[in-house]
Amino acid sequence: MSARFEGTETYIATEDLRVAVNAAVALERPLLVKGEPGTGKTILAHEIAKALGKDIVTWHIKSTTKAQQGLYEYDAVTRLRDGQLGDPKVAEIGNYIIRGKMWQAFAADVAPVLLIDEIDKADIEFPNDLLLELDRMEFYVYETRETVKAKQRPVVVITSNNEKELPDAFLRRCFFHYIRFPDRDTMSRIVEVHYPGLQKALLRDALTVFYDVRDVPGLKKKPSTSELLDWIKLLLVEDIPAETLRQRDPAKLIPPLYGALLKNEQDVQLFERLAFLNRRERGT
Amino acid sequence: MLEGFLLELRDAKLPVSLKEFLTLMEAMQRGIASWNVDDFYYLARATLVKDERHLDKFDRVFGHYFKGLESFAETPAAIPAEWLKRLGEKLLSEEEKRQIEAMGGWDKLMETLQQRLREQNERHQGGSKWIGTEGTSPYGAQGYNPEGVRIGQENRHQRAVKVWDKRDFKNLDDRVELGTRNIKLALRRLRQFAREGADLELDLDDTIRSTARNAGWLDLKLLRERHNAVKVLLLLDIGGSMDGHIRTCAELFSAASSEFKHLAFYYFHNCPYEALWPDAQRRRSDQMPTVDVLRTYDQSYKLIFVGDASMSPYELQEPGASVEHFNDDAGEVWLRRLVGAYPKAVWLNPVPERYWDGTHSIGMIRQLMDDRMFPLTLDGLDRAMRRLTR
Repeated sequence: MSARFEGTETYIATEDLRVAVNAAVALERPLLVKGEPGTGKTILAHEIAKALGKDIVTWHIKSTTKAQQGLYEYDAVTRLRDGQLGDPKVAEIGNYIIRGKMWQAFAADVAPVLLIDEIDKADIEFPNDLLLELDRMEFYVYETRETVKAKQRPVVVITSNNEKELPDAFLRRCFFHYIRFPDRDTMSRIVEVHYPGLQKALLRDALTVFYDVRDVPGLKKKPSTSELLDWIKLLLVEDIPAETLRQRDPAKLIPPLYGALLKNEQDVQLFERLAFLNRRERGT
Repeated sequence: MLEGFLLELRDAKLPVSLKEFLTLMEAMQRGIASWNVDDFYYLARATLVKDERHLDKFDRVFGHYFKGLESFAETPAAIPAEWLKRLGEKLLSEEEKRQIEAMGGWDKLMETLQQRLREQNERHQGGSKWIGTEGTSPYGAQGYNPEGVRIGQENRHQRAVKVWDKRDFKNLDDRVELGTRNIKLALRRLRQFAREGADLELDLDDTIRSTARNAGWLDLKLLRERHNAVKVLLLLDIGGSMDGHIRTCAELFSAASSEFKHLAFYYFHNCPYEALWPDAQRRRSDQMPTVDVLRTYDQSYKLIFVGDASMSPYELQEPGASVEHFNDDAGEVWLRRLVGAYPKAVWLNPVPERYWDGTHSIGMIRQLMDDRMFPLTLDGLDRAMRRLTR
């Protein structure tokens, strides 16, 4: 495997992430990615595809998703209707087999990146139902009695938000990477990649405010990378000068355009209360 | 060489399987780690650890097992040690030098330091053996021993050690007490436990599909309902030593309340007696007699006590021994009544498990609960929930 993942112009990959991705690509095993929401788990798969020059097949998992849907579905209702209308297609059962995302990935001539997004959303048994398929990269279609086998093993990236425990047998087959919340240096590099040429002062002050907000105890939803990026975009659009951010005026404890950072009513209230306490302390 | 590492990981209760180990070997063979100790650490971590809660344990075992490896892997490490040594020699008298030689020289000093760090569990001041401040032990800050090693600076100079010695994942370890971050994870577990139900309902989609497949003959399909019939009666100890923990507990369970069909809170002080409070203020006027609680909530409720169970044994054993009022029946009797009324009951204790033996009343309550007492950590909560669903 010559292509190695080293991060891209739009994605900063830490060293440990690079090792994990390259191991998963070289050994053709799935890579399981976990981490706080908004740390770029889903983006990672897209960036791997971009870096390795592969297509991407995305399978978004919902609570109602069944493993079978990723393989194929047998559209019995259409077949019944066709049968009643006397459509000649009805004799061939293969006409009613609808390919799922995994089949698409298996059938591709050049192995794509297969992203199974938010696997923890599905039923507890879901990962178990995919064990064999992910391991051997093949499955059997009962209706047509054929075995579908991957032409080339796709690079499988699986993301999880930790809503459910994943079964051990499943975990054993994966490489695992936990995306930690980026530290300040990494964060400045990430922002730099998204907004090249951003004023140094603005970046520094925005990051200070951002990490301060994250440090406030009792926040229900801590702002994450994606929220920081949105917020900086807003600051740029509104043309807010860096000095505004640096103001340590207690009455203005709430950062400007806080709506991008705080997504929760209670968090906003918490901030207002803190601002109030702060004002009272300094007052008199 | 690495088999020992695998065994040590397993000793540290990391669920590492042979398959994962073989995967690591395969990856090594393919040269993914490029013979660099940092890369090897990342690779081993990605291969062997599958849960962020185990990352900290892994870091510790890795640091312990590969002690010394860093010295040949990374070169810039040597300079500060030399510098220190020279500085030490400049400042030391002949007699002191001899003392250090007696201990085995610099390397020995560093090694002993590591060992003591491992032995020492808490902050220490003074004394002559343990690491701390202002002592005469050679380890620690501001010591009288001129060759004292300043913890947290000099022994951290080696880059390769740093990655796992930083122990970035400490707060993800499931044996630490619940923090705000960990609560979120714990809630997930409650949800999982709340999702279990065995009712049957008509699966409309599947029925249509099966009927179609059946060439129009009706084929009824039934499905397990994913409903949420878990009822929880929560009794929280409040006041005194519990104050620090109670907010955490209340947060935890109020956030979980949407997951349960029924969740009832009551408060008590130290031990439940004939009355409970629906409100954490515990005003005398709005007491609820415990008998009424027993009557209101039937035995399909799961009973969860949260309390440190730390009190004088008399408060449990003797009538009239409550710290606040005169109780006719002993606390023990009331506890027995509650546990008897609810077959599914657990006690969550914020006191770390290793101190339980030190408090007599904890042992008594544990016995009353048939050993269904669990520490208020993620791991403990998990065990408790499993016990409740059993």
